[in-house]
Amino acid sequence: MVCEMETDQQMEEMDVEVLSSMWPEDVGGTEPDNQFNVEKPAGDSDTLKEVDIAEKRTMADLKRLPDLLNTTDQGSTQLTNLVKQWEYMQDHAVRLLREELKILTKQREEAEAKELKIIEEHNFETEEPENVRVLDESSDLFRRFKEKKRDKLVGRKRIEIDEEFDTVAYWKQKALTFEKMLEASTERERRLIEKLNESLKTMESHSAPVEELTQNLKRAEGFLHFILQNAPIVMGHQDKDLRYLFIYNKFPTLREHVRDKDILGKTDVEIFHGGGVKESEDFKREVLEKGKASKREITFETDLFGSKTFLIYVEPVYNKAREKIGINYMGMEVTDQVRKREKMAKLREDNAVRKAMESELTKTIHITEETMRAKQMLATMSHEIRSPLSGVVGMAEILSTTKLDKEQRQLLNVMISSGDLVLQLINDILDLSKVESGVMKLEATKFRPREVVKHVLQTAAASLKKELTLEGNIADEVPILVVGDVLRIRQILTNLISNAIKFTHQGKVGIKLKVIPEPSFASDNTHKADAEEQNGLAETSVWICCDVYDTGIGIPENALPCLFKKYMQASADHARKYGGTGLGLAICKQLVELMGGQLTVTSQVNLGSTFTFILPYKVAASNDHSDDQDEFSDMVDHQPEPDDSTEGYFQFKPLLGSIYSNGGPVMGNNFLPHKAMLPSPVKLINGNTGQSESVQVENGGYMDDTRLETGSGHCPESAHQYENGNGRCPSKESESCSSSQASSEMESEFTVSSPREDVQTETEVKETSKQPKILLVEDNKINIMVAKSMMKQLGYTFDIANNGVEAITAINSSSYDLVLMDVCMPVLDGLKATRLIRSYEESGNWDAAVEAGVDIKVLENKQMSVRSTNRLPIIAMTANTLSESSEECYANGMDSFISKPVTLQKLKQCLQQYLH
Amino acid sequence: MDAHVAQLQMQYRNYILSLYQQGFLDDQFTELKSLQDDGSPDFVAEVLSLFFDDCVKLVGNMARALDQIGTVDFCQVGANVHQLKGSSSSVGAKRVKGLCINFKELCEAKNYEGCVRCLQQVDIEYKTLKAKLQDMFNLEKQIVQAGGIVPQVDIN
Repeated sequence: MVCEMETDQQMEEMDVEVLSSMWPEDVGGTEPDNQFNVEKPAGDSDTLKEVDIAEKRTMADLKRLPDLLNTTDQGSTQLTNLVKQWEYMQDHAVRLLREELKILTKQREEAEAKELKIIEEHNFETEEPENVRVLDESSDLFRRFKEKKRDKLVGRKRIEIDEEFDTVAYWKQKALTFEKMLEASTERERRLIEKLNESLKTMESHSAPVEELTQNLKRAEGFLHFILQNAPIVMGHQDKDLRYLFIYNKFPTLREHVRDKDILGKTDVEIFHGGGVKESEDFKREVLEKGKASKREITFETDLFGSKTFLIYVEPVYNKAREKIGINYMGMEVTDQVRKREKMAKLREDNAVRKAMESELTKTIHITEETMRAKQMLATMSHEIRSPLSGVVGMAEILSTTKLDKEQRQLLNVMISSGDLVLQLINDILDLSKVESGVMKLEATKFRPREVVKHVLQTAAASLKKELTLEGNIADEVPILVVGDVLRIRQILTNLISNAIKFTHQGKVGIKLKVIPEPSFASDNTHKADAEEQNGLAETSVWICCDVYDTGIGIPENALPCLFKKYMQASADHARKYGGTGLGLAICKQLVELMGGQLTVTSQVNLGSTFTFILPYKVAASNDHSDDQDEFSDMVDHQPEPDDSTEGYFQFKPLLGSIYSNGGPVMGNNFLPHKAMLPSPVKLINGNTGQSESVQVENGGYMDDTRLETGSGHCPESAHQYENGNGRCPSKESESCSSSQASSEMESEFTVSSPREDVQTETEVKETSKQPKILLVEDNKINIMVAKSMMKQLGYTFDIANNGVEAITAINSSSYDLVLMDVCMPVLDGLKATRLIRSYEESGNWDAAVEAGVDIKVLENKQMSVRSTNRLPIIAMTANTLSESSEECYANGMDSFISKPVTLQKLKQCLQQYLH
Repeated sequence: MDAHVAQLQMQYRNYILSLYQQGFLDDQFTELKSLQDDGSPDFVAEVLSLFFDDCVKLVGNMARALDQIGTVDFCQVGANVHQLKGSSSSVGAKRVKGLCINFKELCEAKNYEGCVRCLQQVDIEYKTLKAKLQDMFNLEKQIVQAGGIVPQVDIN
């Protein structure tokens, strides 16, 4: 009763719409593995008594939880929410009860109505049950009904009185019926009371909020768990000593390894070991101290987790008194994200690095370009310096042929040698800068290593002013004919030999050649590929090791490293004593490396040094005899003695007691001048060396005269090439060769004669030898005119072609002894024309020329075929710019070059050299 | 009379020297002179007149080529410069030759402004040289008319 009343009151007081629970009712129940769990409640926390104990993913110190809930703001809010929720639930229940009550009331009304009807029917007064009054106060209906009943009762009493004297049987029957009805009524009444009691009981059981709360909590947990079950999240609460009071941990490893009690009440440091733990602890502490929530990414490297990165959010927890009592923290595993991010960062970094490198490279390229330009400038400058200097030296040399007293001659000699030195230096610089700037190109020509060695030694012997034995030793297995850049190889050999001679005062200097297996450095040497390309890949290659040894002063070990550096000599002392620019070895090294080889040195002080260079060569087929002749035609032609091409040993012994004076003619050695790059006209000596070793080598008297022509020479060795002043000496040895007396005389005249004697010389030439046929290929009229005048002075005539095509046509229709070829010409330039002519010489036809578009009437007369076996000397006339370099001339098959403007002197030398 | 000749000779010598010193001529001109002998007494004059004819022609060519603004055929200009360079080098016209070297580089770089400038300089330079040499020949003529011989001038 009371309860019902209260419910009614509540219904009236709280006109609140009843809210259903926020949680779906079936969530908690249907979860297969309930991951939320709370430790078995301890005695005093009976509010949570009924919570299920499910799988342990969460660990909580439940002793502390209520405290927490009570003392913290969050806790209060949470409780308030729960209470509110419970209230709503109560409202809901009240509404249900009200509805039930309504139904009951209706039923009762019906019953009352029926009773009234019965009473009315029988007009019979009955005792009204007391219990009906229960509802008097609450229901108008009842009141009305009561009044009605009262009225009826009055009436009924009256009826009773009226019918008091009916028959007994009738009354008995009537009474029985009433009794039954009363019974039924009483029975209903009882049931109603029962039901009410039941309702009351239910109300009682509902009245306690705990169960509701528990259920709500369960649902909440269920939902939370539903959301969190797969999230890589760790959550926890730690007290202000950072001891865990609660932890939710998705990661199974922790649960496997650590039991709950080992976590709760402990700090991170006590639980985990490894990287990051301390950091996270420090971070938490920091947050706790600062009182400000913050996030941080921490990488853990623990035995339990392995390497994992967590984004950790930590917030401080306050109690109601605003005192810090601990922290809440939440960590989300972001290992993959971090890894990706790091990858991105790395990529970006790489990008930046690459960009930086790029700009660095650009800078380097820029610098390199600058350097190249500087080098080219150096080359140009050197050239500019050389031209006037050669004039100075030349004039000095002419002067030296005039009548001078002893002192004057001495001064002049100093002048000449100084001039030569500067020339040499400039040549070296030019060479070096060409190699370094990559302008220098290698040429692949067939040559005989034995010949080269011999010639180098001969040349060296010719200028020898010491009592040294020069020897050459070539192993048998060294091929007779190989392909390589003979010009450069000679240059290297000459350089090394002259070096050796310079630093050797007695004993011997020699060259040794032998074949070696491919050295290890070559297999991964990129130069090699270049060199091979240069040399043509078709033939088999052979590595030849060349030792240049001496018994000289040697090189101290500490000086070896800088030996090959530019402008460096073993010591300043040596530099003073021996002179030299210190460029020679640097050039040698660069050249050797350019050709894909290696230059090394071993030395012992006072015992001598050995410079060794190994180079790859292609082996040329040596049966190509016509080629042989081509290369060495002069020699073969004029040498009746057995071919010395297979000779493996040469020696040039000093001639004791010879006069090394600069002035007088001496017994001549008969080395004729030859240029390294030319088919060498060394016909005079070949026979002698071939048959005897008693060739006497010494310095001829007129080396200085011949230096004149070195002025324009590009080759550093050129300074030594014409030092053999055999001229004035009418030695009969010269007759051992097949060259005519006349030409010999002519040479002598050229070598020694002063300009005024020229005319006479030419007259002689005219008289004694057949007029050589010369072709001048030149497009510039003025040049032609000047050349013509010079030729006239020299006593020659020549044909003129205005361009390469005309030259080829002329050569095709007539035979020439010499061609002077301008390099830069319209229609067909000199280089191309020369190539085509060479091709014709090799193949005997003009196919290449025709292919190149030159219209030629092919006149294959016999004479031509014969001619084609001999190499036609072609002399380039270059403006000596970088674009018309001597290297290019040689590479295109030219034999020599005259630098422009052509002077009488240059022309004379050239003609003298090539026309015998 | 003799004094007059001597004076003329001195004047001639100084004039020639000045031409060398001022860089109008170089050794190649000496070379040219040395080629002149009794067999070809007017050799130098012939070569030089050929040279100056060449200059007129080549400069004209280049001027025309450089007039085609926008479609300048630098190759053609280059070829002409090359010719002029060769010629000037052969006669020892040092200044013209020097200009030609620059000119050629500018031409290779297709530097229009530079080419035009250079062409103007070449034009001025060869005309100047021509006038100077004309003077020289006049002096030579005067010497010969005065009964003297043209002296060999040793520029060294």
